[in-house]
Amino acid sequence: MNGPETLAGAMPGRPKSAGRAWPLAIEFLFRKAAALAAFLAAAALFATVLAIAYDSRLAIHTFGVWKFLKSSEWNPVTDTFGALPFIIGTLGSSAIAMILAVPISFGIAVFIAEIAPRWLKKPIAGAVELLAAIPSIVYGLWGLLVFAPAFANLEPWISQYLGSIPGIGLLFQGPPMGIGMLTAGIVLAIMVLPYISSIMRDAFMAVPSSLRESAYAMGATTWEVAWQITLPYARSAVIGGIFLGLGRALGETMAVTFVIGNSDMISASLLMPSATITSVLANEFTEATTKLYLSSLIYLGLILIAVTLVVQFLALLLIRRLGRREGVAA
Amino acid sequence: MGVVARRRGVDVASKILMGAATVVGVIFLFWILWTTLKFGIAGMHWDLFTKDTPPPGTDSFGLRNAFVGSLTLLAVSLLIGVPIGLMGGTWLAEYAFRSRTANAVRFLNDIMLSAPSIEIGLFVYAIMVAPMGHFSAVSGSVALAVLMIPIIVRTTDEMLTLVTSDMREAAIALGAPTWVVITKVTWKAASAGILTGVLIGLARISGETAPLLFTALSNQFYSTSLLQPIASIPMVIFQFALSPYANWQQMAWAAAFIAVLFVLLLSLVARWLLGRTQELK
Amino acid sequence: MSPDQSQGTRMVKILPPAKAPEGSPSGEAGESAVKIAARDLNFYYGKFHALKNVSVEILQNRVTAFIGPSGCGKSTLLRTFNRMYDLYPGHRAEGEVILDGENILASKNGAQLRAKVGMVFQKPTPFPMSIHENIAFGIRLYERLSRGEMDARVRHVLTKANLWEEVKDKLNQSAIGLSGGQQQRLCIARALAVNPEVLLLDEPCSALDPISTAKIEDLLFELRETCTVVMVTHNMQQAARASDYTAFMLDGTLIEYSGTTKLFTTPSDPRTEAYITGRFG
Repeated sequence: MNGPETLAGAMPGRPKSAGRAWPLAIEFLFRKAAALAAFLAAAALFATVLAIAYDSRLAIHTFGVWKFLKSSEWNPVTDTFGALPFIIGTLGSSAIAMILAVPISFGIAVFIAEIAPRWLKKPIAGAVELLAAIPSIVYGLWGLLVFAPAFANLEPWISQYLGSIPGIGLLFQGPPMGIGMLTAGIVLAIMVLPYISSIMRDAFMAVPSSLRESAYAMGATTWEVAWQITLPYARSAVIGGIFLGLGRALGETMAVTFVIGNSDMISASLLMPSATITSVLANEFTEATTKLYLSSLIYLGLILIAVTLVVQFLALLLIRRLGRREGVAA
Repeated sequence: MGVVARRRGVDVASKILMGAATVVGVIFLFWILWTTLKFGIAGMHWDLFTKDTPPPGTDSFGLRNAFVGSLTLLAVSLLIGVPIGLMGGTWLAEYAFRSRTANAVRFLNDIMLSAPSIEIGLFVYAIMVAPMGHFSAVSGSVALAVLMIPIIVRTTDEMLTLVTSDMREAAIALGAPTWVVITKVTWKAASAGILTGVLIGLARISGETAPLLFTALSNQFYSTSLLQPIASIPMVIFQFALSPYANWQQMAWAAAFIAVLFVLLLSLVARWLLGRTQELK
Repeated sequence: MSPDQSQGTRMVKILPPAKAPEGSPSGEAGESAVKIAARDLNFYYGKFHALKNVSVEILQNRVTAFIGPSGCGKSTLLRTFNRMYDLYPGHRAEGEVILDGENILASKNGAQLRAKVGMVFQKPTPFPMSIHENIAFGIRLYERLSRGEMDARVRHVLTKANLWEEVKDKLNQSAIGLSGGQQQRLCIARALAVNPEVLLLDEPCSALDPISTAKIEDLLFELRETCTVVMVTHNMQQAARASDYTAFMLDGTLIEYSGTTKLFTTPSDPRTEAYITGRFG
């Protein structure tokens, strides 16, 4: 018979049929190295929280939780620290950002998904996503040196018209400095626009076209389809996108530090300077002279990460419900 | 007839508002890009690349130490972040698939992906700077790597998942052990996508400032030592923008212009690569 | 024990008679040694019972084809012969598959088995590398060859796969650029380069045009000089043209297994007859 020999016989160097013995160690090590890397990536989150909690132990021990949260005194001279001004600053600036960014993001998402002609969809989506690529320090620079001076020209007008309204008028009083909580909120709003709008857009695009078409077939207008069909269908992802943007706004540091004015005074007016957890960390961390001062700053960081983690956890759960994940936005 | 007219009115008004929202977003993009371009080009000076940052009160220019510092920080964080991110993503896509553990890792990784960068700075301060007793370039690189890893893990996982199982089976059918299949075949098949992830990660960390505040800090002088504080472009922008000196503000704009240019170029290359990989599929 | 006169011009070497146990092809039994024998093989995808007590003997240096409607288990059977199902959790085989006297379901090392049992898939699966590297990939798994030896081996298997003339001037170009038929012959060459004793083909021509299909069918016929060839196809004409033996499967069971001519001219089971006359599937 000239069975298996034909092919092999003509070949220079016949292999052993069992094959070269592969060092099983390499296979084993490769697999373990990969598992270790994945473990590191996942464990980094816990390590971050634990390390920050550990470094805030002195402040936690000294001030406790409630006292620290509700005290508004931040006095390095007397070594007394309270988080309230910064919590208010953080929540206030982020709230302004969301009030501005959510409707605008919704508008952009609907415009791209439903209204824009095909040729315009990609360039506009790309332009809005470029906003996410600009480093936050550049937002800060622009906010401080370009936007704030321009906004200062607008503020007297805001004080005059909105400041005289009974009730909410309190929010719009004070000298026109250009910097302050409102400015920080506006800059933050621009920064979170791309995150919220791209998730909303993806969610709208994921709505089955049969659903959309049946609504149009009944004579519904574009607005009615967007508001009554698309939005309810994509609701959980839309809310998830809003939470994701909120998480970004709460944790944003550099842009806010430049434009919020950095004052630990609590003021009712949005035109007045304020401070956030991130801005006080950025400004005072390297100047913290006592251990308690440093520990209190890190304690602020602990409060912030606790809040952002809850917000992001909700965001991811909601976004995943639609079976989509945050796009790899460049 | 009244109902129909009202509905049409609402529709037209809403379309105008949606269009206006889009215009607002795009206007801000161009406003920021335009001012960075205008002031950045005005601030360009040959000395920026040949001299180091000047002491306060002098009217000279220089950013050399910041450029070198930024490149050092980025290079070291790539060295740390790429292997971990690549291997982590590989584990998810090639070994763990859709298992419960894998999905938990993906979820945690996604949370890390959007964790505030300042917290990462605090983390690395706690595990490196405080024990070492001083700020250092290497701790800055670790912080940037921690920010970069989730992006690389995520894209590597997604891109490897896109590689058809046919290709993997064909390699295994030849008797190749798993690690050879991965390193020689699937990584190669997904290389453009994985590179995209690295570029996106690089774009993200190259503008980061907050984590450097507590780790690499800054340095007025030229340094390449990994154990010393090191200057960087974002930190220089932070320090100079808030200063009263005109030449410092000018330098901040020049630095911002170069940072934006770098990040936009990276994003464009990444997007082009991604588009190319999607065409191949 | 006639030398398969029914297949006319195709010369079949007469090998020592083998016993004809259950599952061996009826009609022309015992003209060749048994290479692979499955005994009471059951296969499960999770809870789904895909193969039910299949017993079959594959003869050495013959082309055996498995036909049947989609979902009948023919591909599943093929994938137990090189334990491809190992890759997927929840896929499970029970029973015995004897290759050269050894039960491969019980042995540990899948990679060693796959060196002996090559496989070619439905869709061509060129690796993302050059034509030369595609072949060299498999060879390097088992041997260290000098450059000259490697070139000679690559040329040898490409010639064997009737591809050499078409690609000899572009060995260093990407294999992705080849036509579908060329890619499939490259995959066959790649499998042959490892010197397998058995070659499994899972619908090797279903993605190809008629001319490429004809080339591959001719190739299969030559290959049985050196290999035992097992092919799965849903194309009955292909089984009739290219195989010595044909097995018909339905719903996870083996219905009929005999010489190809006999099966297509005088099937003994009414279900086989129904299938080949196109009454279902």
